[in-house]
Amino acid sequence: MPVISIDNLVKTFGRIRALDGLDLRVEAGEVHGFLGPNGSGKSTTIRILLGLLRRDSGEARVLGADPWRDAVRLHRRLAYVPGDVSLWPNLSGGEAIDLLGELRGGLDRRRRDELLQRFDLDPTRGCRTYSKGNRQKVAIVAAFSSNVELYVLDEPTSGLDPLMEAVFQDEVRRIKQAGATVLLSSHVLAEVEALCDRLSIIREGRTVESGSLTELRHLTRTTVIVETARPVTGLDALPGVHDVHEVDGRTHLEVEPAHLDELLGQLVRFGVRALTSTPPTLEQLFLRHYGDEHVSADDPAPARAQRAGAR
Amino acid sequence: MTALTGTRRLARLVLRRDRIRLAIWVLGTPLLGYALAGSVAGIYPDEAARQGYATTSASSLVARAFNGPIAGTDVGAVVVAETYVTLALIVALLSTFAVTRHTRQNEETGRAELVGASVVGRYAPLTAALLVVVAANVAAAALLAVALAGAGLPLAGSLAAAGAVGGVGVACTGVAAVTAQVSVTSRGANALAGAVVGLSFVLRAAGDVLGDTSADGTRVESAWPSWLSPLGWGNQVRAFGGERWWVLALPVALLLAAVALAYALAERRDQGAGLIAPRRKAATAATWLLSPAGLAWRMQRGALLGWAVGIAVLGVSMGVAADEFNAMIEQNPAAAEAINAMGGGADLLDAYLAAMLGLFALTIGAYVVQALLRVRGDEADGVLEAALATAVSRTRWLGTQVLAAALGAFALLLLAGLTTGLGYGLVTGDPLGEAIALGGAALLRLPALLVVAGVVTALFGLLPRRSVVLSWTALLVFLLLGQLGAVLELPQAALNLSPYTHVPSVPAVDPAVLPLVVLTTVAALLLVTGAAAFRHRDVPS
Ligand SMILES: Nc1ncnc2c1ncn2[C@@H]1O[C@H](COP(=O)(O)OP(=O)(O)O)[C@@H](O)[C@H]1O
Ligand SMILES: [Mg+2]
Repeated sequence: MPVISIDNLVKTFGRIRALDGLDLRVEAGEVHGFLGPNGSGKSTTIRILLGLLRRDSGEARVLGADPWRDAVRLHRRLAYVPGDVSLWPNLSGGEAIDLLGELRGGLDRRRRDELLQRFDLDPTRGCRTYSKGNRQKVAIVAAFSSNVELYVLDEPTSGLDPLMEAVFQDEVRRIKQAGATVLLSSHVLAEVEALCDRLSIIREGRTVESGSLTELRHLTRTTVIVETARPVTGLDALPGVHDVHEVDGRTHLEVEPAHLDELLGQLVRFGVRALTSTPPTLEQLFLRHYGDEHVSADDPAPARAQRAGAR
Repeated sequence: MTALTGTRRLARLVLRRDRIRLAIWVLGTPLLGYALAGSVAGIYPDEAARQGYATTSASSLVARAFNGPIAGTDVGAVVVAETYVTLALIVALLSTFAVTRHTRQNEETGRAELVGASVVGRYAPLTAALLVVVAANVAAAALLAVALAGAGLPLAGSLAAAGAVGGVGVACTGVAAVTAQVSVTSRGANALAGAVVGLSFVLRAAGDVLGDTSADGTRVESAWPSWLSPLGWGNQVRAFGGERWWVLALPVALLLAAVALAYALAERRDQGAGLIAPRRKAATAATWLLSPAGLAWRMQRGALLGWAVGIAVLGVSMGVAADEFNAMIEQNPAAAEAINAMGGGADLLDAYLAAMLGLFALTIGAYVVQALLRVRGDEADGVLEAALATAVSRTRWLGTQVLAAALGAFALLLLAGLTTGLGYGLVTGDPLGEAIALGGAALLRLPALLVVAGVVTALFGLLPRRSVVLSWTALLVFLLLGQLGAVLELPQAALNLSPYTHVPSVPAVDPAVLPLVVLTTVAALLLVTGAAAFRHRDVPS
């Protein structure tokens, strides 16, 4: 049974349609990346999963329960780091951590102290005087010192410096090792690439892609650079090959993974001297959905086709 | 780029952010002044009544401490004595908060960094805030002068009185400009400025108590401590009693000196830093803190303590004044009638005590509103979201806050009754008996305060985004109905809108059970409605 399952979720705020038929499935024990640009509906989805917002329509289950009706019972089994952490201004950081942990149903003191040390957070300072990064650390420490089944993290590292980002990644691996499930909303692609088993990419309140990084890579093109003895011809006629052009005597092109074999069959006829093939980075995946050039595998962009044909 | 580049743009931003607050301030102060002037003029219509008021005010130490030195028997002088301190305190706090909000608070939240990185001079944010706040004070004072003159008071005196009030605002603007440099937090900056205002009040009260009475007994010449107090300067202008215009230069001089100091401090410190380092706090939470109730107590205790001190001081003073009041009403039948209308009974002394308890109940209404609106503040900040994502239900969270506010109201009411009784008893010789009697009488007002709590809770549940404005508006309406309803001869149906109308005015009348039961039932309905609405709505919304 999935830990989180969302089907066709819709949420509107007045005339704004924040979620427009979103789907999401998070399996037990995985770290699931939840990607999308600002305003795409990540925080809204998470708040529905926490029973803070009420859905207009669609299905949402968390740990097998309805998040709106069973909110309190569910909250004992999960920990949440909000996207924009704000704290009780007159409590100290340490007090805020203890309070949040206790309200959730208790926290592991040893873990708490260890995390404070690792995140280099001074618990005696008033929350009022914390920077954004430090407030974020308070929420992260409070969440990670609880022993729960599910961690819901909404852009938890915005405001952390690279050193702390590394500590954060360590800690996520640690809770994963302990068997917990993590939903990690983020737009730090390197973080998602480093941590996540599977990811869902959303845009304007809909899921546009979902799967493991490897699966997603199969949906998009590989970049190939090849150096041959004789000039290559006939590539434009091959299915699944795009954007062929020559740079410094080498042929650059993009190919859909399914057609790699046919491409190689054609290339060897011209005497291959060197060949590199690079799978798409997450960034390319991401930009494919949001970038200026909207290219999908079965619908090559006219601009690219033209450039390729012009040679 | 000079140190002032961008001031005009920032000033426009301040105006844009505060357009509603500023409008309420600039229009509300004169309106309040107009209403108060009208009602005071009605209570003391002739020379004889005002003669009585002036002699009592000059001889009563309590009146001197709270109303300042009386400056003769002109209607205007009576209006000033009755309203100046209140208006001045309001303007002082408004100015202070406004300056802090647009200086230190911006640094605290990091907004200033965003602004500071653009084409904006080092002094521009402070200068923009000061320009707007001073302009608001000037505008409010100008309209107040028009309002007072419009209410029929002499023009010169109206100008002087309005200038006195505006001067306090201008002086406090300067004070806040400095405290915003000193403290790292906006709360600290407001607290420091508030302490300065409090100190000015104490200095003024001391100077006025120690002052000399004139030969005819209708004027007080304050002693030197009043001259050290920006609040006292307003009295020394002596509006309607032989104006001393040059005194109005004092607040302006203070503003200029304070601004120079603030610029010098701003020059010497980093963005976001202050002169007072924040205290270190506990690294771990005490066990009692670890629950919604513990948190509510922690969040409220500071405010509660402040309220308790203020109420105790006022209570004892009002109690002691009850005896002086006896002397005063013998000379002034109109004032007696006004008190009678407020207290609603036959025995004038009981009517006075009942009226005082009624005033306390109204004031404590402000505590209830402020305490409960914290939940809304937490929601707007985002803290509520974090709290409700834990294993605490919405009902328990809100219920705890309501309970805390109700307990606070109970304690403050009891304290108000006890201290008033104590003060009165000290004069008449039975402190314990009077304290117990008035303590009990005060508690009969609790159901009205529960209705106030119910109104705020219902608004928070049903109309969260408007709950802050609407809650304060509701309390203001209750206040106006209670204080001015009788004077303005409003219909009973209108007066009945306020829960305070229905509280039996003990000790002026006998206690009655039915209205208290009805009020409590209404409160319960409102609370249940609010809680149910809160359970079914989006958080945050
Ligand atoms: N309380 C709200 N009222 C109105 N609009 C909202 C509210 N919360 C979110 N939105 C809108 O819903 C959309 C999705 O927002 P959000 O879930 O915060 O996106 P993300 O977290 O991916 O940046 C945005 O267009 C945002 O402006
Ligand atoms: Mg977000």
